[in-house]
Amino acid sequence: MLFVGMIVAGVAVAAGLVIAAMGENMLYFYSPSQIRAGEAPSGPSIRVGGLVVEGSVRRGEGLEVSFTLTDGAETVDVRYAGILPDLFREGQGIVASGVLEAGGGRLRAEEVLAKHDENYMPPEVAEAMEMARQGGKMVPPHGARQ
Amino acid sequence: MIGELGHFALILAFVVATIQGVVPLLGAWRRIPAWTAVAVSAARAQFLLIGLSYLCLTHLFIVSDFSFTYVAQNSNTALPLFYKISAVWGAHEGSMLLWAAILAGWGFAVATFSTSLPDVFRARVLAVVALVSVGFHLFMLLTSNPFERLLPAPVQGRDLNPLLQDPGMVAHPPLLYMGYVGLVVPFSFAVAALLEGRIDLAWTRWTRPWTTVAWAFLTSGIMLGSWWAYSELGWGGWWFWDPVENASFMPWLVATALIHSLAVTEQRGAFRAWTLLLAIFGFSLSLLGTFLVRSGVLVSVHAFATDPARGVFILAFLGLVIGSALGLYAWRAARFAGGGSFEPCSRETFLLANNVLLVATSGTVLLGTLYPLLIDALGQGKISVGPPYFNAVFVPLMLPLAALLGFAPLARWKGDEWRRLLLKFRMPLAVVVLVSVGLALGTPASWAMAAGTGFALWIATGVVLGLRDRLRHRHGGGSVRRALGRGFTGMTVAHLGAAVFIAGVTWTTGAGVERDVRLAPGESATLAGYSFRFEGVSGRLGPNYRALRGTLHVSRGGEPVAVLHPEKRTYISQAQPMTEAAVHAGFTRDLYVALGDQPVQEDGAWTMRLQYKPLVRWIWLGPIMMAIGGLLAASDRRYRPSPRPARAAVPVDGAHVHG
Repeated sequence: MLFVGMIVAGVAVAAGLVIAAMGENMLYFYSPSQIRAGEAPSGPSIRVGGLVVEGSVRRGEGLEVSFTLTDGAETVDVRYAGILPDLFREGQGIVASGVLEAGGGRLRAEEVLAKHDENYMPPEVAEAMEMARQGGKMVPPHGARQ
Repeated sequence: MIGELGHFALILAFVVATIQGVVPLLGAWRRIPAWTAVAVSAARAQFLLIGLSYLCLTHLFIVSDFSFTYVAQNSNTALPLFYKISAVWGAHEGSMLLWAAILAGWGFAVATFSTSLPDVFRARVLAVVALVSVGFHLFMLLTSNPFERLLPAPVQGRDLNPLLQDPGMVAHPPLLYMGYVGLVVPFSFAVAALLEGRIDLAWTRWTRPWTTVAWAFLTSGIMLGSWWAYSELGWGGWWFWDPVENASFMPWLVATALIHSLAVTEQRGAFRAWTLLLAIFGFSLSLLGTFLVRSGVLVSVHAFATDPARGVFILAFLGLVIGSALGLYAWRAARFAGGGSFEPCSRETFLLANNVLLVATSGTVLLGTLYPLLIDALGQGKISVGPPYFNAVFVPLMLPLAALLGFAPLARWKGDEWRRLLLKFRMPLAVVVLVSVGLALGTPASWAMAAGTGFALWIATGVVLGLRDRLRHRHGGGSVRRALGRGFTGMTVAHLGAAVFIAGVTWTTGAGVERDVRLAPGESATLAGYSFRFEGVSGRLGPNYRALRGTLHVSRGGEPVAVLHPEKRTYISQAQPMTEAAVHAGFTRDLYVALGDQPVQEDGAWTMRLQYKPLVRWIWLGPIMMAIGGLLAASDRRYRPSPRPARAAVPVDGAHVHG
């Protein structure tokens, strides 16, 4: 009984923690087209992916930098203050996570990811571009807070 | 020629493994000694063949034979010899060959060192190991053959991924695989025990040292991976909760539970069915990790290729191995119920709590790792579950474990009194509370840091108390070495390692400082009392890369501390830029500088990240102590073959567990 009781208690506590943590710490992915269509929320952090538009990278004061992401159909402006990853380049597929500025539809990025090798395309970005090419849009994330 | 020889040896190894997996099992079933005897010689032959195959592939790398696809894609004539040898496991096919070689190596070791095992039992163990080998050999031959020819041969190879050109990365995969694959030994012992239908004291004594050694390898492999990420990925993080890291961490958590559960099984004959289940889970998670990493469902530096055939193969193999092991367990486990009884306040209960916490943690990591894949597969959108989730779940589950770790090793088996424990620990408790409260109120340290330090101190004082008890109660005139014993010493060192690790994590996370700055030559920035003066950047030529090398003079209160040279490298064959951080390492703190980029060319200013990381070395020192403790414990005298092997069996139909 003790054996079973402890296991049940352990599983219950773990499940509770998982549910609480999942609710707060999940990041949903949106393509530039979805953001233009107003599907992305402007409160919680989200992830946005696309190709960095050629010639769009602008350096500001200190570590400020801004650039534009595209999925081939629509674009989204991104502002970031920090060091860009090694593989960040114009024309490269990247994923940025951060908060959408209210109204402007511009992303204030907290993190910019470009991964591993020069031929690599983040799968989300590849899918978003394919969708945009076909004139469709990605499925809106299930249960996303609007 | 050499390539064909390696390929041929691999095919032969597959044939031998098939024989090793089938004939001894039939022999054990039909009681034919000649058939069971096949296991040992087949295990040796298989190891020699796969070893030969591995050496052949290494030879192809050393002579840069680019007529082999795998060599052409992962090596280059300009690559230093050291990295040519490690490039063998630098990508998918070769690391599978390394995996298979290590698997055969563990089989070879069991065949050679477990001579005290009964023949039939050993035959069953070796057969189970071989059946796993068969799966991996087939996998290589069908989907991932490192000996595939590339015609016409290119003049130059594509070179090893620059991220992997680092000493930490050279040692990380072999050590990690030793641990990952080593869990096949307890798995095979468990399956063999299920086939025999019994576990006795001898079984636990055979299983324990193997499990502990595999666990020690896994610990050091994960530790090296973390150290590599810290120094090579460029940004000073030491754990990212990346799915690939989780893939190695989940089996580690279960293996940690297993070595503790085995202690109860050995000392008290209890938890037997549970121990068997953990042994199965441990290796199953290793296989699941392999599937996640190799199938390409995860995208990371480790996911070398995305070939759906590979994913399907491993998934089918995974289902077969786990399914049949769990099926056998469901059929036979009832025979292993029972064991010694124990009170709610006893060492058994505390170890049970340890197991529940570790397995629950492993489950939450598994969920966080698989959930995004599941949501994506169901077409419900793309999500990512990042470090905040894992931290929010992991820390609350680990705190009670740390609390247990302080006093549980001193609790009595079978039954103890809370009052006795409380009295015994009143001094440590007082010290811990005083220090923690003092830290929180008297210094800038936060409550979280005070608590983390308190937990580390709590474990350390428990260790000291345990040592004192042991030495005080030694029989008159007994030597210190004898009184402690390697088993106890190993446990002590490993537990102290946990305290060191907790202290390291607490202080690095809580008191570490990180600053991104933009500095022109001659400018300085200050961080945690250290002044970093940027002197500029100059060019440098490496064996297979060009580098821009920065120079920073670090000083504190006017006294020079270090000169750091962070680099930005471009590998010639791949045109891929790489950040090579400069670290001034110390026992109490690291200073870490990584170059970003040059926003505008004119003023020569660079962006860079400066970091001050207190006690960060302790994060790796702790696991090193754990691994050393594991190896010490595994070499305890009672596991060494004695002239009269202990065959005292624990009664299988013993008393049932009260609860």
